Amino acid sequence: MGYKAKFRVWRGEGGEGRLEDFTVEVNEGEVVLDVIHRLQATQTPDLAVRWNCKAGKCGSCSMEINGKPRLGCMTRMSTFEEDETITVTPLRTFPVIKDLVTDVSFNYQKAREVPSFTPPADVKPGEYRMQQIDVERSQEFRKCIECFMCQNVCHVIRDHEENKPNFSGPRYFIRIAELDMHPYDVADRKEPAQDEHGLGYCNITKCCTEVCPEHIKITDNAIIPMKERVVDRKYDPLVWLGSKIFKRQR
Amino acid sequence: MERHEYDVVVIGAGGAGLRAAIEARQQGKRTAIVCKSLFGKAHTVMAEGGAAAAMGNVNPNDNWMVHFRDTMRGGKFLNNWRMAELHAKEAPDRVWELEAWGALFDRTKDGKISQRNFGGHEYPRLAHVGDRTGLEMIRTLQQRVVALQQEDEKLHGDPEAYIKVFAECTITRLLKEGDAIAGAFGYWRETGDFVVFDAPAVVLATGGIGKSFVVTSNSWEYTGDGHALAMLAGANLINMEFIQFHPTGMVWPPSVRGILVTESVRGDGGVLRNSEGRRFMFDYIPDVFKDKYATTEEEADRWYDDQAGNRRPPELLPRDEVARAINSEVKAGRGSPQGGVFLDVSTRLPAAEITRRLPSMHHQFKELADVDITKEPMQVGPTCHYVMGGVEVDADTGAASVPGLFAAGEVSGGMHGSNRLGGNSLSDLLVFGRRAGAGAAAYIDGLARRPAAAAGLVEEARAEALAPLERTGGENPYEVHHELQRTMNDLVGIIRKSEEIGEALQVIEKLKERAKNTASAGSRIYNPGWHLAIDLRNMLLVSEAVAKAALLREESRGGHTRDDYPGMSPEWRRKLLRVTLTPDESGVNVEERVQPSMRSDLISLFERGELEKYLTEEELAEYDAAVKES
Repeated sequence: MGYKAKFRVWRGEGGEGRLEDFTVEVNEGEVVLDVIHRLQATQTPDLAVRWNCKAGKCGSCSMEINGKPRLGCMTRMSTFEEDETITVTPLRTFPVIKDLVTDVSFNYQKAREVPSFTPPADVKPGEYRMQQIDVERSQEFRKCIECFMCQNVCHVIRDHEENKPNFSGPRYFIRIAELDMHPYDVADRKEPAQDEHGLGYCNITKCCTEVCPEHIKITDNAIIPMKERVVDRKYDPLVWLGSKIFKRQR
Repeated sequence: MERHEYDVVVIGAGGAGLRAAIEARQQGKRTAIVCKSLFGKAHTVMAEGGAAAAMGNVNPNDNWMVHFRDTMRGGKFLNNWRMAELHAKEAPDRVWELEAWGALFDRTKDGKISQRNFGGHEYPRLAHVGDRTGLEMIRTLQQRVVALQQEDEKLHGDPEAYIKVFAECTITRLLKEGDAIAGAFGYWRETGDFVVFDAPAVVLATGGIGKSFVVTSNSWEYTGDGHALAMLAGANLINMEFIQFHPTGMVWPPSVRGILVTESVRGDGGVLRNSEGRRFMFDYIPDVFKDKYATTEEEADRWYDDQAGNRRPPELLPRDEVARAINSEVKAGRGSPQGGVFLDVSTRLPAAEITRRLPSMHHQFKELADVDITKEPMQVGPTCHYVMGGVEVDADTGAASVPGLFAAGEVSGGMHGSNRLGGNSLSDLLVFGRRAGAGAAAYIDGLARRPAAAAGLVEEARAEALAPLERTGGENPYEVHHELQRTMNDLVGIIRKSEEIGEALQVIEKLKERAKNTASAGSRIYNPGWHLAIDLRNMLLVSEAVAKAALLREESRGGHTRDDYPGMSPEWRRKLLRVTLTPDESGVNVEERVQPSMRSDLISLFERGELEKYLTEEELAEYDAAVKES
């Protein structure tokens, strides 16, 4: 059953590194992460890789496999030809710590910039009443496993370090959309999405949707509806007039 | 060396750790959360089925007393009854609290939190989100921590003033002054640099020990760190012989063997069949559960629509029973082609309903095994899933015997007795995570002086951690680990016997010697070979604890099945096995302790006929007296 596969893995630390070639055993049913683990156990004990659940649920083992962002644990070896060289590199958008491990602290920083769930003050725990159909819209976004592959693939920051301060990225657009669509959230989510989180930078190329391992329709169900509502608000003459009148009172 | 001062250091950022940290911070304590993985990746994300809480949203007959009884039955009456009581009473509030922090559970028609059926629970009781409840829980708690940080930023100008996450940081030693906790020592995985936390209270929330077994649903993090740290600090473990083998893990392909298949598949109508097509669970209903489970397929199938008029299907027996039954069918030659049995939901529910209720199972089988569960059955078999044993704690505060040390969640022992019911883990994390956080806060308030780590401890811890890097030409830690996993799996697994456990203990002794001589190549920067060499100490200590306790307990109960002692013994029910470290730290000792009798108002919740199956004559006499009095 088994065969020897050719792997080319990016190795390095401290800002330096190179691709190293390996020949490694592969058995039936294995995924790329299994092969990385075999490399650790037999050839390169200090090869750094993040992983936890090995079942596509925790979003730890994001890497680029033949240039495409993938979860190592969900990429089956059977999807490659046996004589194909498989190239494994770290996520490109984030600084490399070592080998396949990158510094993803950017994402945790952005998470902290989205104001938290804000329920009305008078609803007590246990009193929430919501219909399934109303929670399902937000539930889609809460499937997110924070693999950060949408962040990694988004061209706004992938090749433009300078955009990072002003752009939260797809993961946090779905977080904002999730809160905006939460039946009990009372905070204003639309204007901050545009003004503080850089929704306007997105030009809907859907790269994020394509790489999402949870198949969340990031662009169609979160980003586009939010863009439409931001536009509605900004250019609606009544809202414009209202905002002028009430501004002074605020 | 990097040094931080905190009031409370929580080790572990799963459900229990985060809930404990939130509580400590809400009580005004400066709190550090230290975890081996990134924030939000802990093992809790893998929990699928739900959180058990007697809210009575689906069946109004449910209440804490029914939940308490189910929990005690599931644990075969070995549970710490005070913990089971607190858990049953407080779980609903803990679930509702999550909703106020932004969790979005699935709903009933009248807009309340929906609840699903699960093994051993008399009524639909599990609050859930499809089959990704653990993810919802970890995300909600993670976002609650962020919300508190946003509050602190407004109040103090620093989001990390009162609660800070130290991610990818591993604690290797607890520090003490005299008997009391004074802090913790660890290393940053990213850099290999060392770090000391000075803190009078430490909450262990490190989860389980599954990585000592080959076939497990647990991730690499489950190396028994908290169990070992507690023993090394002088605390006791109890119930270590009880390990839950979840009945349904994937069996194929080999690389995913052990990955969990949620019990919700059965809760939502899935059935188990052998190679002859027989629903074999009807052949395995034990005497103690005889009256509660259907004896025909017709009755079992009617139960899904009419629970008042029918008994439950035997696929929903507690996990230990189902795991043993599957094991027996496979041994008898009636297994599936890949060495498991068939779990079928495809002929039981419409395809659209399966993908709605079990989306991640559908995804997991499609992606990893090329099986469409809406069209064909899954193949499943037992997998090491959960350790019932853990740090012996005070039920109300989570305090261990060492002053300043607390534990919550899987790393603590007692709550689940000899077998945990599905769904009781997520609620356990919340109830006792909160209690441990509060316990730590109260302990600090009562302190006259903060202990300071004794001189020399930090230097010893540093030398211990560095040793594998400084050796050359030693053992490969991956090989030592693999041999330990094989040994525990084969010799101290789901079915045990005296000679095999003895053999395992001999192997463990040899592995302990080899582990002392491991060498890790490479630098200190994110070096998994080095990290594994350090973790081996914990895995070996915990494995020895499991094997020694398993050898001593000469009966079969819950997650401990002895081929040579197949019966359940009322005398043994009164005994707890307590594990402590030997004075030279080279191994563990096990001693028998008496299990305290249940409080009279709690034991009166049971019928005498049921208790007769579990209790000694002496205890039954106490029961009669208690009932008479009330």
